[in-house]
Amino acid sequence: MALLEVDRLQTHFRTPDGVNRAVDGVSFSIEKGETLAVVGESGCGKSVTAMSIMRLIAEPPGKSAGEIRFEGRDLLKLSEKEMKKIRGDDISMIFQEPMTSLNPVLKVGRQIGESLRLHQGLDRGQAEDKAVEMLQLVGIPEPKRRAGEYPHQLSGGMRQRVMIAMALACSPKLLIADEPTTALDVTIQAQILDLMRDLKDRVGAAILIITHDLGVVAEVADRVVVMYAGRKVEEAPVRDLFAKPRHPYTRGLLGAVPKLGSSLEGKTEKLAEIPGIVPSLKTKIEGCVFAGRCPEAEDVCREFAPALEEKAPRHVAACHFSPREQEAAA
Amino acid sequence: MTAPLLEVNDLKMHFPIGGGLFGKLHKFVYAVDGLSFRVERGETLSLVGESGCGKSTVGRAILRLLKPTGGQVVLAGRRIDDMSSGVLRPIRRRVQVVFQDPFSSLNPRIRVRDALAEPINNFGLAKDKAELSRKLNMLMDKVGLPREALGRWPHEFSGGQRQRIGIARALAAEPDLIVCDEAVSALDVSVKAQIVNLLQELQQELGLALLFISHDLAIVEHMTHRVAVMYLGKIAEIGTKRQIFARPRHPYTEALLSAVPKPDPLAKRDRIMLKGDVPSPINPPSGCRFHTRCPYVFDRCRTEEPRLKEVERGHEAACHLNDRTAPENPLLSGGRA
Ligand SMILES: Nc1ncnc2c1ncn2[C@@H]1O[C@H](COP(=O)(O)OP(=O)(O)OP(=O)(O)O)[C@@H](O)[C@H]1O
Ligand SMILES: Nc1ncnc2c1ncn2[C@@H]1O[C@H](COP(=O)(O)OP(=O)(O)O)[C@@H](O)[C@H]1O
Ligand code: SF4
Ligand code: SF4
Ligand SMILES: [Mg+2]
Ligand SMILES: [Mg+2]
Repeated sequence: MALLEVDRLQTHFRTPDGVNRAVDGVSFSIEKGETLAVVGESGCGKSVTAMSIMRLIAEPPGKSAGEIRFEGRDLLKLSEKEMKKIRGDDISMIFQEPMTSLNPVLKVGRQIGESLRLHQGLDRGQAEDKAVEMLQLVGIPEPKRRAGEYPHQLSGGMRQRVMIAMALACSPKLLIADEPTTALDVTIQAQILDLMRDLKDRVGAAILIITHDLGVVAEVADRVVVMYAGRKVEEAPVRDLFAKPRHPYTRGLLGAVPKLGSSLEGKTEKLAEIPGIVPSLKTKIEGCVFAGRCPEAEDVCREFAPALEEKAPRHVAACHFSPREQEAAA
Repeated sequence: MTAPLLEVNDLKMHFPIGGGLFGKLHKFVYAVDGLSFRVERGETLSLVGESGCGKSTVGRAILRLLKPTGGQVVLAGRRIDDMSSGVLRPIRRRVQVVFQDPFSSLNPRIRVRDALAEPINNFGLAKDKAELSRKLNMLMDKVGLPREALGRWPHEFSGGQRQRIGIARALAAEPDLIVCDEAVSALDVSVKAQIVNLLQELQQELGLALLFISHDLAIVEHMTHRVAVMYLGKIAEIGTKRQIFARPRHPYTEALLSAVPKPDPLAKRDRIMLKGDVPSPINPPSGCRFHTRCPYVFDRCRTEEPRLKEVERGHEAACHLNDRTAPENPLLSGGRA
């Protein structure tokens, strides 16, 4: 049994101008100690997927259906009280903008300490000592002094470290990181990714990382889920995905990012474009969700939605024209 | 010899902050602290560096949105930093800007048509209604938007379309130079590629010069002719794209490049990890400003500030290591890339 199994998850929002199908039947799983990356452009449902797992979708206007099994228990069926315990002990989350999730009027040492007290039953003194230890662990210089400061006195990179320290304070089994480095400089991003890798090795947590940066994916992920318009369109081990993307959208994404060093010799190629924009999620899409922008689309694509199929071992994609390995060989 | 399109000489921008109660205790943010470069016609110069190093401040000084504390900004041979606004007016047209979200600077109650017509009328670029209308249509064609979109309101557009309108508005003034301050940073991958291609096409077609401010080094490499790497308000290194990306001669450039994650799971990662954050520009470190984070720091760096020196033709770097030759200079031990 996998650590987390997301099974046909649907999260829809009721809005004044229709139902927004933010996540529309997405399934994937994460093994113990594994890092799974979810990629896709903005609005494709990445954050809503993460928030659904954490049960942080406000209802109404939102509503989740399907199953989210964590160690076999369906999180969607738990009471709020049971879920609170899971959030503190088993699954933690870090967000893109740490300021929104840190308490601005509480010193950072206290904040980390509070969550330790809540979940590990330490007394105040022990908790604050442990908090300083955690700050040291995430590489904050002068942790003792920093513990006595407020969030606004720290740089963006340090705040993200504090978030990570808080998220790891109770040794979670799963860490969900939603664009954890998007707001940071590459130098600080490198430090944070390094830190996450290092901590994963030490604590042994599984990581669900959400990002739109394919460089970050290549660097940290074991497996990748590609989302488009609320659906999973491809999933594969990271090397297979980059070596042989099987969905035209994934190929488009990979072609659209320039690679460092690639324009230093000869003439610079134009970047490959994916024409058009992501469709509205408020109208039900018949056929393939990508048909409106796909360079390979044919009539059948607009009529019938392609099913997710295993095209090669552990490599699934939803495209009518992506051949299966055996067929391709035949 | 004709003057370069833009010349910036020893530019300084020091912001006074938090004077004490009686305004005595003045401190300064040394946001830009003695910076010189040139941009030729039709060329792209990129400014790169970590957040807060002063990139946008340079851009705003060139646009005359800020009055510099010191130094000169010379456009096509004429000093513009000390011109009165009256004299400046006709010249101002020649430098335009595209921001990260151009709509934050556009009125939501003004249709696209009027937003684009404003600079054309302001600078008297159309002699009659017919010419105005022709120009508006041409602008829409140029940036790849349907002409009927002229009648729509700002909020009716997606992020990428907005950026196209922002570019059209900059083009409307028929500039020689466009300052692009993180102009593609907020866009999604697929849309970013569209806008990057558009900017390059427009540059070729119109001979525009671009001052491209960005923290995305892969995009910079793809777009640019030359690069200036900034650190705490100064230029650490400046040179052609190949010089900077293939043969960096400043440890900061080396570290910055090595930090970029490569979209290739098989790539080997020989990363130079920089410790800590950028120090505060209120109290920059003594000697070399990079010495608190530099992996090669030695005694001289803490006391003596390195000057920008030519290390090869068209390539300057500010690092004491470059006073040494091959085996003693780690920057020369085989390029990365
Ligand atoms: N009006 C101002 N008053 C005081 N300080 C300022 C002002 N404008 C900018 N600064 C400071 O000047 C420094 C340079 O800022 P600038 O906006 O130029 O950085 P940047 O390189 O564009 O950074 P980013 O990549 O985050 O956009 C920063 O320390 C900033 O806080
Ligand atoms: N609280 C909400 N109410 C209505 N719509 C929402 C809400 N939260 C997210 N959405 C919509 O769900 C879709 C997916 O959003 P999100 O998961 O945040 O995308 P991303 O992949 O960029 O993280 C978007 O269309 C977004 O507007
Ligand atoms: S099913 Fe058709 S439209 Fe969809 S991705 Fe495949 S080729 Fe493109
Ligand atoms: S001068 Fe010294 S501290 Fe500065 S970059 Fe060179 S080696 Fe590093
Ligand atoms: Mg998101
Ligand atoms: Mg800026």
